[in-house]
Amino acid sequence: MITLNVNGEAKEVEVDPATPILWVVRENLKMTGTKFGCGVALCGACTVHLDGKPVRSCSTPVSEADGKAITTIEGLAEEDGTFSKVQQAWVDQQVAQCGYCQSGQIMSATALLKKNPNPTDEQIDAAMAGNICRCGTYVRIRKAIKTAAGVSSETQEA
Amino acid sequence: MADTKTSETAPKKGKWTRRAFIGAGVVAGGALVIGVAVRPDNPVERLSPMVAKGKGEQLINAWVKVDADNIVSAIIPHVEMGQGIFTSLAQMLADELDADWSKVRILEAPADAKYVSHDIGREFLAPNLEVPAILEPTVGGTFLQLATAMNLQITGGSFSVRGTGQRAMRVAGAAAKEMLIAAAAEEWNVPAGELRAENSMILHDKSSKSAPFADFAAAAAEQGLPNKPKLKSPKDYKLMGKAMARHDIPDKSNGTALFGIDADLPGMKYAAVKAAPVVGATVESMNVDSAKAMPGVLQILNMGDFIAVVADGYWQAQQALGTIDAKYSKTEGDTLNQDALFARYASVLDEAGDEGGDVETEQGDVTEAFANAATKVEAEYKVPFLAHATMEPMNCTAWVRDGKCDVWSGHQAPLMARKAAADTLGIDTDDVTYHNAYLGGGFGRRSENDAIIMATRIAKAVSYPVKMIWSREEDTMQDHYRPSATSRFQAGLDKNGKAVSWSNIHTHLFDPQEAPTVPYYNIANHKIRKIDVPTHLRFGPWRSVDHSQHGYFIESFVDELAHAAGKDGYAYRRELLAGSKRHLAVLDKAAEMAGWDKPLPEGHGRGIAFVPSFGTIVAEVAEVDMTGAKPKVKKIYVAADPGFAVNPDGFAAQMESSIAYGLTATLYGEISVKDGAVQQSNFHDYPILRINEMPEVEVGIINGDHKRLGGAGEPGLPPLAPAVTNAIFAATGKRVRELPLSKVDFA
Repeated sequence: MITLNVNGEAKEVEVDPATPILWVVRENLKMTGTKFGCGVALCGACTVHLDGKPVRSCSTPVSEADGKAITTIEGLAEEDGTFSKVQQAWVDQQVAQCGYCQSGQIMSATALLKKNPNPTDEQIDAAMAGNICRCGTYVRIRKAIKTAAGVSSETQEA
Repeated sequence: MADTKTSETAPKKGKWTRRAFIGAGVVAGGALVIGVAVRPDNPVERLSPMVAKGKGEQLINAWVKVDADNIVSAIIPHVEMGQGIFTSLAQMLADELDADWSKVRILEAPADAKYVSHDIGREFLAPNLEVPAILEPTVGGTFLQLATAMNLQITGGSFSVRGTGQRAMRVAGAAAKEMLIAAAAEEWNVPAGELRAENSMILHDKSSKSAPFADFAAAAAEQGLPNKPKLKSPKDYKLMGKAMARHDIPDKSNGTALFGIDADLPGMKYAAVKAAPVVGATVESMNVDSAKAMPGVLQILNMGDFIAVVADGYWQAQQALGTIDAKYSKTEGDTLNQDALFARYASVLDEAGDEGGDVETEQGDVTEAFANAATKVEAEYKVPFLAHATMEPMNCTAWVRDGKCDVWSGHQAPLMARKAAADTLGIDTDDVTYHNAYLGGGFGRRSENDAIIMATRIAKAVSYPVKMIWSREEDTMQDHYRPSATSRFQAGLDKNGKAVSWSNIHTHLFDPQEAPTVPYYNIANHKIRKIDVPTHLRFGPWRSVDHSQHGYFIESFVDELAHAAGKDGYAYRRELLAGSKRHLAVLDKAAEMAGWDKPLPEGHGRGIAFVPSFGTIVAEVAEVDMTGAKPKVKKIYVAADPGFAVNPDGFAAQMESSIAYGLTATLYGEISVKDGAVQQSNFHDYPILRINEMPEVEVGIINGDHKRLGGAGEPGLPPLAPAVTNAIFAATGKRVRELPLSKVDFA
């Protein structure tokens, strides 16, 4: 039995400690917001935070989460469901298309802004280059990160 | 000859021929017989058990539901794969209905034959057919029969807004409004003409009476269906033409949106699969000694064409699968290598010479015009196979029990998926319930049934629900690829540089039929031919289908003609489009946005390309920086005329998306075959454009014809590659005749 701290809650799971965090979160904990994309840390769809730092959960064994806090996309909003600044910026800039990679994108962007609240274009590109989006929402991801950082506030009609 | 040209963007014949429709064996033209009297009645009673089961929910017609809280649900017969179609179609329906947008919900139509739309059939089979109102029920009934026979519930071809939206959603919304007004007129005992709808309310201005739609919903459903309800003219649009926020984005920003891969059932197990690397081969033997001893492993199945390991968890299944050593049968495909394939294309084209192959279009006498031309230009272009690489790997969950089956996936054609599962099991389609979810990317890949069939076969072999997920490696190596192709051109120019002959022969033609043709360019003599060179690899529709390669071929060659004529690419295309006002407006807008004549820094180049496809006219200008080791695409200007952009922000998003998808193909996209098997496997050897390589994108929209709409999902893609390679030529003088650019030495 392994005890995990996921989004601030203690969770007990019975798994092989070598199992990647991705599959524990999706299959054992039934939290499917974190996505499988490539299995080898090349696409970023599975990004979660371990003690606030972004990791590729498809290639991180659950044993590495021992004593650390896992945050997934499900843990970003307030308890009443109010979106985090980054999530709200994603809505305001109408980022998502198919949406499959966006949990990972938002987790990477959230980690970036925590470390660097006012990133330049180059810093955004560098921090987000590990997250592939096949729909090509990159133009809007850049805008949304700036919106969340408070640089710009252009939005769509609601 | 130029004087006889019109501004038609595409020939009318064979507009839609995707294999699925041909495969259904319905001869569309012949079946359209006026006089088959089947009136599409109001099917509310039959449909309610599927979509209006809740308390106080009332269907008014097949596509509109109103509940007791006056929430209007638009029932959408298309799937959401990122193109924003749920929102755009709901906008169209809600606008005609005069519904309160804040109280509009969206419901995906179930995968059931009752939700086939005769309008879908009509748009696919006879897009330009207009008939008098009195014949509408008859014609509608005919198309309903056809559409049902063909399982027409498909999302593809950039078709949803221009087809279903225009012909079904708007009509359904307008009809529901007329039915609500008729019911209110009876209830209030006033003439219907004195009533109007606004924000989901019926209003009688004379008496200042008003009441919510919900009050009349039940009575409205009893009203006769209007044959041709009155549609709004653009000046009265309230929602259409506005950048409304997409309904699905909040759920896609907090992890709650459910994709096919997220299906969850009690007692569900997981399957990892590995198919024979060479398509067509079978598993001759496999050593499962270590696999069967691994934790969580429940079943190891030799399915003939693939191996499946079923386990308690997907990772366990994958780990066990990885230890299996398998031997595969020999096939004819084993000897195929990519270089040899291109050599085969070349020899087949050589053999065809000036007369061989199948003639697709011919006008005038190219042989004579070419012989007499002042300048002759010839070129050959090549493109590789491309994988779709949807972010969500192919997957499907199935549960077979008691002679029935449930299937969960994300598919572009839910009814076809249902039928594929039924055929696999040899049971009636009514015994299969297909549950569709959001698609984590479609791009044509999810119109194929292979994953559905595999999961159904696995589920048949076990006694519990099973979720099959392909690894990224399987997804890359077992795709239905955009075909590799070679295309050869010959053109003759007169002494003023004007093109007088255009001759093309290319390998392969899939769809759309008009992809290799250039009817919008004023060239008096042209002849276009094709030759099929089949391989064992499976091919399928890939975003913009044949336009993806022909856009590159044609617009590269036009640029070569411009160069041969001593003119720039923009000016030369203006001459070729002379007289076609809508086309010229798009071309001019792209050039104007890009500041075509403004100087660029040393080593930078600007290229233009123009491709009308899927009913939308698009011109793109690329700015490329060639001062580094490899091309850096700085900015793309897109001008597009889709007739009328229903959701301009959604339309712009599709242009941005097409540019990213097209740029991946232009820079990196290459699937190659060795010994019959695909060599690429994951994002390290099939790279995808990343954010640091994404150019700035500026989109300009022209609403050129509100009556005849074009598509959005695909038309932004075909001009991208040639705009980039033409810009490279402008900067360096190097003409790129083979993609991707990663193979080209720019040193």
